[in-house]
Amino acid sequence: MSATPEEILSQALQELTAVTDLEQLDQVRVHYLGKKGLLTLQMKELGSLEPEQRRAVGQVINQAKDQLQAKLEAQKESLQQAALTARLASERIDVTLPGRGQTSGGLHPITTTLNRINKIFASVGFEVVEGPEIEDDYHNFEALNIPAHHPARAMHDTFYFDAHTVLRTHTSPVQIRVMESQTPPLKVIAPGRVYRCDSDITHTPMFHQVEGFLVDTDVSFADLKGVVYEFLRAFFEKDIQVRFRPSYFPFTEPSAEVDIECVMCGGEGCRVCSQTGWLEVMGCGMIHPEVFKSVNIDDEKYTGFAFGMGVERLAMLRYGINDLRLFFENDLKFLEQFN
Amino acid sequence: MQISEAWLREYGGHPAVGTKKLVAQLTMAGLEVDSITPVAADFSGVVIGEVLSLEQHPDADRLRVCQVAVNICSHIIGCSDNHPDADRILAGQDIGKDVVLQIVCGASNVRVGLKVPVALIGAVLPGDFKIKKSKLRGQESFGMLCSAKELGISTTAEGLLELPDDASVGRDIRDYLGLADNIIEVSLTPNRADCLSVEGLGREIAILNKTNWSIPYLNEPVHTNSQMDWSITQVEHVGVQHQDILPVVVAVPEACPRYLGRLIKNVNPKAETPLWMQERLRRSGLRSLGPLVDVTNYVLIELGQPLHAFDADKLNGKITVRYAQIDEALTLLNGQEIKLDAETLVIADDIRALAVAGVMGGNDSAVSDATQNIFLECAFFAPLQLAGKARRYGLHTDSSHRFERGVDATLQTRALERATQLIVAIAGGSAGAIIEVTTENYLPARPSLYLRKQRLQKILRSDFKDAEVVDIFQRLGMMVNSDADGWHVTPPGFRFDIAIEADLIEEIARIYGYNNLPSSSLLMRSKLGLATETLLDINRVKHLLVDRGYQEAITYSFVDEDIQRAVAPDDICIRLQNPISSELSVMRTTLWCGLLKAALYNTNRQQNRVRLFETGLRFVNQSGQTQQQKMLAGLILGSANAEQWGEKTRKVDFFDIKSDVEAIFTLLDYSVHFVPAQHPALHPGQTAAILSEKGDNIGLLGMLHPHLEKQLGFDTQVFLFEVDQELILKKQLPKFKSLSKYPSVRRDMALIVKEDVAIAALIGCIKSGNEQSLQDVVVFDIYRGKGVEEGCKSVALSLIMQNNSQTLIDSEIDAIFNRTLETLTNKLSAKLRD
Repeated sequence: MSATPEEILSQALQELTAVTDLEQLDQVRVHYLGKKGLLTLQMKELGSLEPEQRRAVGQVINQAKDQLQAKLEAQKESLQQAALTARLASERIDVTLPGRGQTSGGLHPITTTLNRINKIFASVGFEVVEGPEIEDDYHNFEALNIPAHHPARAMHDTFYFDAHTVLRTHTSPVQIRVMESQTPPLKVIAPGRVYRCDSDITHTPMFHQVEGFLVDTDVSFADLKGVVYEFLRAFFEKDIQVRFRPSYFPFTEPSAEVDIECVMCGGEGCRVCSQTGWLEVMGCGMIHPEVFKSVNIDDEKYTGFAFGMGVERLAMLRYGINDLRLFFENDLKFLEQFN
Repeated sequence: MQISEAWLREYGGHPAVGTKKLVAQLTMAGLEVDSITPVAADFSGVVIGEVLSLEQHPDADRLRVCQVAVNICSHIIGCSDNHPDADRILAGQDIGKDVVLQIVCGASNVRVGLKVPVALIGAVLPGDFKIKKSKLRGQESFGMLCSAKELGISTTAEGLLELPDDASVGRDIRDYLGLADNIIEVSLTPNRADCLSVEGLGREIAILNKTNWSIPYLNEPVHTNSQMDWSITQVEHVGVQHQDILPVVVAVPEACPRYLGRLIKNVNPKAETPLWMQERLRRSGLRSLGPLVDVTNYVLIELGQPLHAFDADKLNGKITVRYAQIDEALTLLNGQEIKLDAETLVIADDIRALAVAGVMGGNDSAVSDATQNIFLECAFFAPLQLAGKARRYGLHTDSSHRFERGVDATLQTRALERATQLIVAIAGGSAGAIIEVTTENYLPARPSLYLRKQRLQKILRSDFKDAEVVDIFQRLGMMVNSDADGWHVTPPGFRFDIAIEADLIEEIARIYGYNNLPSSSLLMRSKLGLATETLLDINRVKHLLVDRGYQEAITYSFVDEDIQRAVAPDDICIRLQNPISSELSVMRTTLWCGLLKAALYNTNRQQNRVRLFETGLRFVNQSGQTQQQKMLAGLILGSANAEQWGEKTRKVDFFDIKSDVEAIFTLLDYSVHFVPAQHPALHPGQTAAILSEKGDNIGLLGMLHPHLEKQLGFDTQVFLFEVDQELILKKQLPKFKSLSKYPSVRRDMALIVKEDVAIAALIGCIKSGNEQSLQDVVVFDIYRGKGVEEGCKSVALSLIMQNNSQTLIDSEIDAIFNRTLETLTNKLSAKLRD
């Protein structure tokens, strides 16, 4: 016998101290514990020993083998750990860099506002209906109790195509179109673009309105007040002060303008509310008997209310936008603020 | 309409409420107050003085040294230590006694005997300008003589404010001019023409405050001196002082149910309009134009009745109210020459039209400085006859504004008497008898209306007591009789807007207060809505585009005709008769017009990446019919992704926008074909039409034509799409197909085909084989170049196969592959690539 198991073990342990990677580690394992490894050979040589020696020597070899095996595994684990640590270090990135690929855009603030209005009314069963924007004189005026030369026509700076065809000046014609084709009870809102021949710092020739109306057998002014109050509170998401002022629209009687407490100054008085503390946000009233007559609805059996609001105005108040014209310039720097 | 608050209060029975409350009352009664403006800026310490003497300043050409009489008053006490009369003044004795102050003045109209406002030492003028004792080039000055501008009464002034000779020296100028007053501007709705006067608004104030309302001027003499006494008064009638009359013929009584006129002789047209009247007119926004015009204007504002004074010596024969002859000429007071049409009502004499009835008088018969005798007219014209007439001639006057909305048909005699009184009092003259032509049949009827209790309760959901209702109607000047079921109500002549039961309900609500009425929460009947699944909500499509980086735009529906013509020269567009500008003159036939403009707006502002979409109507004339189609359009330009570190920057191309469009269709489970197409705005080689399976034209996409790109001012390629909303939003209801539990197999195929074979055709051809087990075809590479013949391309695709009832075996797979290849070879001359 050239070397004792102890000597081989100590040599192996010596070699292990120089091992730096898993490949070298495996070479050591093969050299000592492989099929032809030094300790394996010693085990094979046991057969040539005296039977009484075999047991003692075998034990020694086995101990050496176990010891080496344990050492190998420990070192393997530590090498694997080191390799993982190195990999993790090498794979470190700057997670603060922005993500890759397409960014998302956004809806126009008018659309967002319209969607909110629609959602609020839809939640209590109002149906959303749209109508044509090029409208005939009958639906835009006559049927709404605004005959030719009525002074109220002067309040609508109308765009004409010919004597009988106009760009609708309000969304109220949708009221007529719905009542012509459906029978009460009716619960409808009609959002859309409307047009007036007027352009300055506070007017654009196109803007958006939402018309709403409700016709049933027992609708009162109290119901109108309730709906308007609740809508404004839902829209502004707070318990806002609301007041009703008598006003005049040819297609409602009684008619009212609705003011809310100025959302800019809280009613103290500021430039936005012209020091009054109040802001006009919509017109409304009980549907005029003449309007019911023009669509053959029995105005004794049915009553109804209607309201109309300017969407730009509501959006401006909601988001604090100070210039109406921004809505139609489509400057990305403006639009992206509402994404 | 704007009006003096003090005047209004007098007519409102002097209500005991402050300005803020008064204004709030009007607004809450439906008479919206737009603004309240003080008639003069805030100042103090200014009294009336008289210039006793003046001499040239020894050391200044432009300055005069004046001796000005004022009297000792609290304003000057303690402010004039160096004054010769300082002892008297400082001792506070002799209050109210005259005192003379030396004041240096540079105004050109300063003269001996002039009464002027004097700012005393210690006075504070508008702008916090304090008057101190000073020396001007060595001459002592104990105050300042003021112009109207310096007192903040007007924005311009030429020299000192000259006061009437009878102004009393020493009186506080604020008090004298009644400057503790506001101009109230009321924005009236068209139905409340009864409030287009001091009397009308005053009546409302009296109703709201329950004050005793009476006409202030009745039974008292008119003041003609210049005392600023606000209680203007008038005797009821002037006596008839001469027998001359001018005959009046009303040829069209239906248009002019009442016409009154009278001759007033020997007036003095140069008489001075009293200051109080000038001030009231000024506070109503009217300039003083001589006593005759001033009085008619004054009565217009006071009572709401337009009147007109003709120079009687310029009239020929009798007065006739008739329709104009076609093209009859008339030169108006404002110098405008008009040709009348046959629907225009005129006041004429025997040879010509004198005035457009209810709108404006003519120049030839107007009163002037030389007028001696006048014919004063006062009429009621039927509102419908006058409606829109003024506008035909580009006119809108205080008179037409009132007549179109309606004037109280019972007011004419009272107004004519009132005007006569004022003219005679101010300009002298003697009044003749009133000629009146009234056709009762054509006067507006004032039938009684009936208001049902049950209806009032139903509409306002509030139980009113009988006495409450009667009280409100009576305060409103209505005659009312109650019965068991309601009220019979006759409105007064001035409330011609009250015509139906609903109007009475509104009046009750208005006076009771809208905010005092009950409010109820939603009690309306509801029915369940349909959850429609076969119609996609456009909002889903909008959100899809938003998630793919698009920003929503809203552009005007009317566009610049040049852009419209450049983008869609073949569409017949619809033109506005009265566009706001040439840039907004025709209705868009494609949403691209607005999107291109919006994109340019942004590229001109250093945006190098734009992705926009819009929804809305396009307007086209199709065989004479206006079609309003709901469209969805998009535009992209610039980098495919926002500038970033992680990916190579590349410009968008056709397939970027195509994938956005395809994504929309995947929402719909709706198969469409993209076929090469042509459009004048798009690149001929990069335009695709989108067709439904049935062949409906759903829309277009493509690259903006390079010549348009240049013409519009883009410096990068632009890609566009537009689709018809009606067609894209139709959704198929999903239909379940059973899932195969057998594996799917993929076979790749590389084909050589001619360049002009579209991929869609290739795939269509494969699918035309109707192979049961062929599930999908995916194109994964297109190759041109080495190894592929010129004019051809190599297309690599995968056939995905799967069977519902068995695992496909190789022989079946090969058979499908070979049959497909054979079809391709036969129909498209495709060859398998070596």
